[in-house]
Amino acid sequence: MSDSNFIIELSNISKSFGDKTVLDDVSLYVKKGEFVTILGPSGCGKTTLLRILAGFGSADEGEIKIGGVDITEVPPHERPINTVFQRYALFPHLNVYDNIAFGLKLKKVKDDEIEARVRRALKMVGMTDYEWRDVNSLSGGQQQRVAIARAIINRPQVLLLDEPLAALDLKMRKDMQMELKEMHKTLGITFVYVTHDQEEALTLSDTIVVMSEGKVQQIGTPIDIYNEPVNSFVADFIGESNILNGTMIQDKLVRFMGRDFECVDAGFGENAPVDVVIRPEDVYIMSYTDSGMFEGVVQSCIFKGVHYEMLVNTPDGYEVMIQDYNAFEVGQKVSMIIKPSDIHVMKKERTTNTFEGKMVDATHVEIMGAEFVCAEQQGFEGGEQVMVEVDFDKIDLMDNKEDGTMMGDVRFILYKGDHYHLTIRTEGGDNLYVDTHDVWDDRDIVGIKIQPEDIRIKRA
Amino acid sequence: MKKFFAQAYLWLLLAMLYAPILIIAIFSFTEAKVLGNWTGFSTKLYTSLFSGGVHHSLLHAIENTFIIAIVSAVIATMLGSVAAIGIFNLRNRKKMIMNTLNNIPMLNPDIITGISLFLLFVSLGITQGYATVILAHVTFCTPYVVLCVIPRLQQMNPNIYEAALDLGATPWQALRKVLIPEIKPGMISGFILSFTLSIDDFAVTIFTIGTGGLETLSTYIYADARKGGLTPELRPLSTIIFVTVLVLLIIINIRSQRTQKLKEAK
Repeated sequence: MSDSNFIIELSNISKSFGDKTVLDDVSLYVKKGEFVTILGPSGCGKTTLLRILAGFGSADEGEIKIGGVDITEVPPHERPINTVFQRYALFPHLNVYDNIAFGLKLKKVKDDEIEARVRRALKMVGMTDYEWRDVNSLSGGQQQRVAIARAIINRPQVLLLDEPLAALDLKMRKDMQMELKEMHKTLGITFVYVTHDQEEALTLSDTIVVMSEGKVQQIGTPIDIYNEPVNSFVADFIGESNILNGTMIQDKLVRFMGRDFECVDAGFGENAPVDVVIRPEDVYIMSYTDSGMFEGVVQSCIFKGVHYEMLVNTPDGYEVMIQDYNAFEVGQKVSMIIKPSDIHVMKKERTTNTFEGKMVDATHVEIMGAEFVCAEQQGFEGGEQVMVEVDFDKIDLMDNKEDGTMMGDVRFILYKGDHYHLTIRTEGGDNLYVDTHDVWDDRDIVGIKIQPEDIRIKRA
Repeated sequence: MKKFFAQAYLWLLLAMLYAPILIIAIFSFTEAKVLGNWTGFSTKLYTSLFSGGVHHSLLHAIENTFIIAIVSAVIATMLGSVAAIGIFNLRNRKKMIMNTLNNIPMLNPDIITGISLFLLFVSLGITQGYATVILAHVTFCTPYVVLCVIPRLQQMNPNIYEAALDLGATPWQALRKVLIPEIKPGMISGFILSFTLSIDDFAVTIFTIGTGGLETLSTYIYADARKGGLTPELRPLSTIIFVTVLVLLIIINIRSQRTQKLKEAK
């Protein structure tokens, strides 16, 4: 892939710190002049990726090109890239002028040109007449403006912004978002923006790259990402959503919450297990009537400014989040309608846990580095490699971690309307997926136990 | 009543701590040869100290002391600052080990440092003199510089070095234009501390000064006292050194207080 249209080409970047994989084969191609946002929860590897692009860290594997030139081995000061740091990183011993002029002075630009350019940059960020101020006397927002001026004055091909607005208050953040967008338009520089704030990403970007656990989950325009999330992680992370287990009965007909709905998706095959995503604003809610598609009772109703956010329980025990301009009283019986085009169907990434394992003896199998008791097996030899399957709802999690056969910590929690779907990271770094009705918190350490009869063993 | 005792105790303690130096200071303003005899106020000892009335080996000793102090403080400041940057950038375990290794020489009794350096120089066959004294002083001053500089690095925004590189500075330029200005207050404190430690030192100096007739102030006074009675001019000299050290210490304290305040203001 070497299209001259791409200003940034990151190919197959991998990076580990010790035995922890931070980036796993990440590729990203950015067009000239684009505003790209790398979005993900903390620890997803987005900052590491940015640092590799800036040259502050090196990739274990992969190649970086800027404007078609390989810069994988080029030190940061020779890259045509400038960075705006999260905590501003202004030079405290220099005043505003000298901070902004820093890059130009290093390039031995003439003094009068430096002066003109510093003034222009200050004007651009709305900080005219602040030249001689001590940077320590400026507010957070002003410091960030100076930091932006300091970066753009060098006319880089690419501007990297590492959560530049994270430390600012909400009002200031909104103002700065608009200014950044304006600046991006006027300057024509390619922006690569890192944030964990999905709303910021949707507002600012031409393209959003959603990352999780060191992998790119989805790349697309804000509208694509919001309307057509590729998996339940993206759906959950971007905006509010109801994510439910469903079955694709046939093309354009999906079954979830105990009834069939018409939808517009096709090509999943018949009776295929799927995830169904419905945005809370796409559920139409009304007082109880016969013409609704399904009914429920309002459990809670919270005023959110523009709309009300309601939780409605269906008779089958599902909980649906609904956003509407009208409020319905708690306890009121209501009817709901969902348009076929608002039902987003996603292929399930997995329907059961699958591990590579090793038989220890007829009643013991080793998976994920621990020995589990299993039902007595016939025809397997000790030491034989096998495939092991365990269903999501057949794994017991325990508060007391010593009670489990092994330990793990909760990494990702997805509410599926009537149960939680958890991703558990085991001590050995394997992912285990668990369906449970119990409430766990992110990063909870849990004991893991599996009943012998729930362990299915197959030949590898 | 309780308050009175607490106050009295404090003053008594201070009086005991400062009595010896006060006595020297008071008796530096009289002419009597023997310490303890007051023969009326006079500044003659001060004038004779500066007008060559004393043995000129004392003047040499003073000169040596200051040259050694300045040279070793400069070298220790450079070495210590570089070491501090290095230690600061290490990862957890290595950092802890290096910090401990840095602290041990400070806790080590001077006499042990002196003897071990003496043995080292002898076993390497190095003639002892100016160079060995300076090397020895650099050895025991450097850890203090490291200790002064590391807190400055910890206070620093870790991104500013990277920001300099990002803006086109080579690592060397980033060090000179960004890192050093940031840690300069720590380096200055380290320099002053090294300087006073070097002037003050006797135990290490006596073992590394050799037999070539080189004298510093401390070894001179020691030899002088052993010969029988102190040269009277040592009284004003001690007073001057005390006042100098006092002033330097006050400067260090004011500086650290000011950075403390700056930190709080942020």
